[in-house]
Amino acid sequence: MATVSIPTILRTHTGGEKAVEASGGTVAAVIDDLESRHSGIKGRLITDGSLHRFVNIYVDDEDVRFAGGLEAPVKDTSTVTILPAVAGGMR
Amino acid sequence: MDEIVAHSRRDHPDEACGVVAGPEGSDRPERFIPMLNAARSPTFYEFDSGDLLRLYRDMDSRDEVPVVIYHSHTATEAYPSRTDISYASEPDAHYVLVSTRSQNDEASGPGNEAEFRSYRIVDGVVTEEQVEVVETYMFAHTGADDVPDNA
Repeated sequence: MATVSIPTILRTHTGGEKAVEASGGTVAAVIDDLESRHSGIKGRLITDGSLHRFVNIYVDDEDVRFAGGLEAPVKDTSTVTILPAVAGGMR
Repeated sequence: MDEIVAHSRRDHPDEACGVVAGPEGSDRPERFIPMLNAARSPTFYEFDSGDLLRLYRDMDSRDEVPVVIYHSHTATEAYPSRTDISYASEPDAHYVLVSTRSQNDEASGPGNEAEFRSYRIVDGVVTEEQVEVVETYMFAHTGADDVPDNA
């Protein structure tokens, strides 16, 4: 199973755990598996089938936005890191 | 605080951004980490996604969290915008805003004070907090590096 690193703001869904395990051959499948174990987490990451603008997901060192999006491949040995974007602006 | 203001002035007219990391649970901002604004914009800031991953890995390995997340506004007051609020996702962080708008005003010269304010942003609710300047945090650059390794 892949290891998924959970950011502070989503740890309410994982009972405070910083890292959990999930299986799946793609990022989308890993998120579905996460949802089955930690209900509510999927809605914090995906709306209408696409990744939230506010959220970055990495498979190992690669931002999935540049590596196939939600269809990016995940291996059993992969670490999937979820990080909220740090961004803002005056408007 | 001086470093945050200096960074904000240096990057003006673009928005500057960065964090001050500290030991998890301590609420002590100790390690100043200026970040590149990947948006290079006067109205928007964003940490580069690769930089963001490296930053969080680095903080994790030191058992640190982002105690302060700062950015500058270049033409408006130092108050969180709607965009800032929608992106804010560290409920334990102090969101520091610096306004460099006075730099637009040539006549008032470089000596004028930058606005420096701090907020909590939790579930879309903004709460301003008082800023207290404490000298001792200035030694922060050494951080854990001054503890000898037991190698």
